Amino acid sequence: MPGSINQNTYTKALPNFRNLGVLLRILVIVSVMSVGAALVKGGSLAEAWQQFLGISAFVQPAVMLSLVLLVMLNGLLRRAPYAAGVAFVMVLELVLVTALHTLSRPLLGMELGALERYWLLTLLVTATLLVYFDLRGRALSPALTEARLQALQARIRPHFLFNSINAVLSLIRQEPQRAERALEDMADLFRVLMADNRQLAPLQREIELCREYLNLEQLRLGERLQVEWHVDKMPQDAMVPPLVLQPLLENAVYHGIEPRLSPGVVSINIYLARGEVHVVLRNPYEPAGNHHGGNKMALANIRERLQLHFDAEASLAARVGEDAYQVHIVMPYQKALAA
Amino acid sequence: MTALAPLGLLIVDDEAPARSRMRDLLADCADEVPFEIVGEAASGRAALEAAVAQAVDVVLLDVRMPEMDGIEVAQHLQGIERPPAVIFTTAYDAYAIRAFEVHAVDYLLKPIRVARLTEALVRARTAARPRPEALRDLQAGPRSFLSAQERGKVHLIPVGDVIYLKAELKYVTVRTAMREYLIEESLARLEQEYPERFVRVHRNCLVAREAIRGFERSAESAEGQWEVVFKACPERIAVSRRQQHLVRDLARS
Repeated sequence: MPGSINQNTYTKALPNFRNLGVLLRILVIVSVMSVGAALVKGGSLAEAWQQFLGISAFVQPAVMLSLVLLVMLNGLLRRAPYAAGVAFVMVLELVLVTALHTLSRPLLGMELGALERYWLLTLLVTATLLVYFDLRGRALSPALTEARLQALQARIRPHFLFNSINAVLSLIRQEPQRAERALEDMADLFRVLMADNRQLAPLQREIELCREYLNLEQLRLGERLQVEWHVDKMPQDAMVPPLVLQPLLENAVYHGIEPRLSPGVVSINIYLARGEVHVVLRNPYEPAGNHHGGNKMALANIRERLQLHFDAEASLAARVGEDAYQVHIVMPYQKALAA
Repeated sequence: MTALAPLGLLIVDDEAPARSRMRDLLADCADEVPFEIVGEAASGRAALEAAVAQAVDVVLLDVRMPEMDGIEVAQHLQGIERPPAVIFTTAYDAYAIRAFEVHAVDYLLKPIRVARLTEALVRARTAARPRPEALRDLQAGPRSFLSAQERGKVHLIPVGDVIYLKAELKYVTVRTAMREYLIEESLARLEQEYPERFVRVHRNCLVAREAIRGFERSAESAEGQWEVVFKACPERIAVSRRQQHLVRDLARS
């Protein structure tokens, strides 16, 4: 990939402290550092264990309090310029550690060393974490661009494009109005396919797009393609990665409907459960279908984008049943930020 | 031109709009190529039935269809009494297009232009029929059916239904649970096409692995030759002396 595409796409930013994955990473890294410190100080394993408990008694409350504060201040931190955000986090940690240090003797009866030592250690740990998240952001950001480019290629199945054009051509003489509608659907679809799809978009929009796509397929396949929508309880304002569902529908039609002689049903079920958006897509499946490949690519692509947007909070599971294929996506319910 | 009899055309495509588009296009080239649409089919099976039931000169055949793709349909078409010329149509299939080029098989890319269609039809009148070897090469996997001709009818035999294939003088007998068919193919080629499904138990016989119930010693021969016993038909097939090791191999698996 040419370097120019990767340039200018990465803007320094603090991590999203409301993300479960980010919180877990902070906890794990701090714990690992505690273990390291304990091993350095302790002469034997038993001694190291005692050291670890001693360190944790101070470090764990400090980390927990920091995380609570960071989660609360997340919006503010992410809106501020990066440098200001970093300075703020540093000061916050120093204040927190100073407070804990002064309170620990009267409240917990702990004997602690000089406060300056704690300041330096705090700065060291905080800086390490911030550098880690910065590097991680850099590492993933070209992936975002790449995922988008790859998505573009995987998404426009040439087969679909040419068949649709052909279907529209067949309508022009007999049913010009239907041909017009079909071309409008195609225009909408390709507008999104070719857009910059790095930002989350409302679920409602994705569903409209899917309907337009299925209209086009129905044009060709007629009653061979039956669609069942169960989206009454769908959270319309949920923000999802664009084109999270459409490529899966394309797979469903290509692998589930086209190889069949008899009509088949593609069902889409979207609902909200315990603060998570569930998308369940089901289509018939013929193991003997002689269509080749392409399926895994779309799945891997969507899985990667889900991970980039939601980290560990989203998941995608595909299951092959006896005569049905099912994809189940779970995403956190995020509403659009009021602009 | 006008002295020539109109070409009898058969349109085969699983998508109704594609067939309707083809009719429109044909209407546009009617002045240059006299033709008559003798039928339309939405599946390979229907196409074969139509081609056997009446005289067809040219089949306009979609490549991607459910149940049986266009390439396989073309192979079965070459087995009928008056094999028609075939013009493949396809929207997009990089693999097929490369193969068509290699074997100089005529094909049209959808959306199809009237000029290209006219050209192809003019050529089809005189063109040689596609060679069986070329079609075999085009086929990405093994065929899903074998076809047998019988008194002006084509029987499509799902390969999964075949119990055994036995070479006779000029034909191969295909045995299914229901009945027997005769097909004009060579046993060696069938063995090559379906190496997983069939196993050669005798110089003149291929047996479907899935259909085997077990092996028994023959009651008639004094040396106690092994015979294959099937799940779904009463006949038995002798295992030749050279293939005796199969009895052990297959019984184990």
